[in-house]
Amino acid sequence: MVRKVIEASEAVALGVKLSRPAVIPMYPITPQTHIVERLAEYINDGELDTKMLHVESEHSAMSAAVGAQATGVRSFTATASQGLALMNEILFIASGMRLPITMAVANRALAAPINIWNDHSDSFSVRDAGWIQYYVESAQEALDTAIQAFMVAEDHSVLLPAMVCLDGFTLTHVYEPVDIPSQEEVDKVLKPYKAVHAFLDPDNPITQGAIGFPNAFMDLKKDQHDALLNAKNVIKESNWIFAEKFGRGYGDGLVEPYMMEDAEYAVVALGSVCGTIRVVVDELRKKGKKVGMLKIRVFRPFPEEQIVEHTKGLKGLGIIDKEVSFGQEGTVYSEIRSALYDKDLTINGFIAGLGGRDITPDHIRKVFDSLDAEKRTEWLF
Amino acid sequence: MIEIRIHGRGGQGAVTTGQIMAIAAFHDGKESQTFPNFGVERAGAPVMAFARISDEVINLRSQVYKPQVVLVLDSSLVEAVNVTEGLKDNGTIIINTNKTAEELGIKGSFDIHTIDATSITVGVFGKPIVNTPMLGAFAKVTGLMSLESLKKAIDDKFVYAKGKKIADLNKVAIEKVYSETR
Repeated sequence: MVRKVIEASEAVALGVKLSRPAVIPMYPITPQTHIVERLAEYINDGELDTKMLHVESEHSAMSAAVGAQATGVRSFTATASQGLALMNEILFIASGMRLPITMAVANRALAAPINIWNDHSDSFSVRDAGWIQYYVESAQEALDTAIQAFMVAEDHSVLLPAMVCLDGFTLTHVYEPVDIPSQEEVDKVLKPYKAVHAFLDPDNPITQGAIGFPNAFMDLKKDQHDALLNAKNVIKESNWIFAEKFGRGYGDGLVEPYMMEDAEYAVVALGSVCGTIRVVVDELRKKGKKVGMLKIRVFRPFPEEQIVEHTKGLKGLGIIDKEVSFGQEGTVYSEIRSALYDKDLTINGFIAGLGGRDITPDHIRKVFDSLDAEKRTEWLF
Repeated sequence: MIEIRIHGRGGQGAVTTGQIMAIAAFHDGKESQTFPNFGVERAGAPVMAFARISDEVINLRSQVYKPQVVLVLDSSLVEAVNVTEGLKDNGTIIINTNKTAEELGIKGSFDIHTIDATSITVGVFGKPIVNTPMLGAFAKVTGLMSLESLKKAIDDKFVYAKGKKIADLNKVAIEKVYSETR
């Protein structure tokens, strides 16, 4: 293990390199590009034995990832925003075919108006594509999660694709110290991919992606749903394995509570803004206020039990959404309200950070100051 | 925690300045973080980068609004943008210029340091490359990093990417700017 100051994009690329995918189809898009640029360098320098495919669009990138993974090898790609939107139909094919592809999403707003900056509207627009969705807070977590995503996706009780979402620019372009595990260390926690259900073998030919008639389709969809729920345990396990081997855990893997034990008021969020919330929690704690934060690390599968458990005893809860379900409210807010529908606490929804609008400690202070009056959709401009 | 803002022009390497600053502080045993102001990048346009240096883990991820130190790579920016915005009274501002602090006409009570890094670096590189050399001025004025760590950071950043010769020239330029900064 070495500790170095690197860009979060490079941290993702190192996590992927250490996971040794066989194929990386790629199409560049801001702010994701640094990730595949680093991977291309590793291949060029002979540090990574991987086939990189330069394809003509993100639709093709995901199609090529499906094709590669269906031959029985590990594949990875990365995208953002419009690129993820263009992949849309193939995302559903990847999960339906139970192909454990791993993809980094450098979260960026969806146009129009054109905007290259961060929010969560891209990955939330594919919430229901059947992928595991991780949201990471730091460069370190980005590296660790890139490896964990392969561990979880490829587990035989799961066999589903996984997205590692990291905030575009706000995290992808940040340089900070990161512990980089050695190849030997990673080889101990991530075994080579052995496909038992989706492979190309001329001596043992199988059909993949065949039509699903009404007598089978629904059963397969239930299997898919159950498999995504199974992922919860594997996510916890892989987080525990990392805590054991590397001394780094992120809560139970699904959620990460901060100062929640005796908290009366708390804020829920995803991704890099959790760092800024920690700072404000520390500041308010020094003033004697019983406040905390609950980071949702995995949004799909949804950690409902953990949210119910950690919010026990709270008087007020604030939920920060970096996207909005137009005509309704923030999506995280909707889901948490649903999880806590019979609980006696005030639940407030805040929309923040759209299209790269900076979320400052002042915004977070304002959230903590207003958790007594129930608000459904307050916009933090 | 010390917060730093770097002003430059697109193409001048302000983002790289932040990166080397963060790496050098890390070599001194500190925690560090740096990121660009995420604008639309055009050559010559005013750009900014931010850095944080601390003894403790840095969790804050908002932009820097109240820096203690401002580093200006191009003195023409003093007229183009408000380089002292958010800078606290008695905050430090380090400017690459051949003018004096009085001639620049910066209003407010700041600790202003000027250094003609352009002339010094033309002597070293044969052209004005000021983004890394100005870190010599930064290290001298702020004491936030050792010259040794700065040179180590240069090696980290340049030996592999640009070759040992370029790295060595950068170290010479940094040392010259360091020794001439008051």
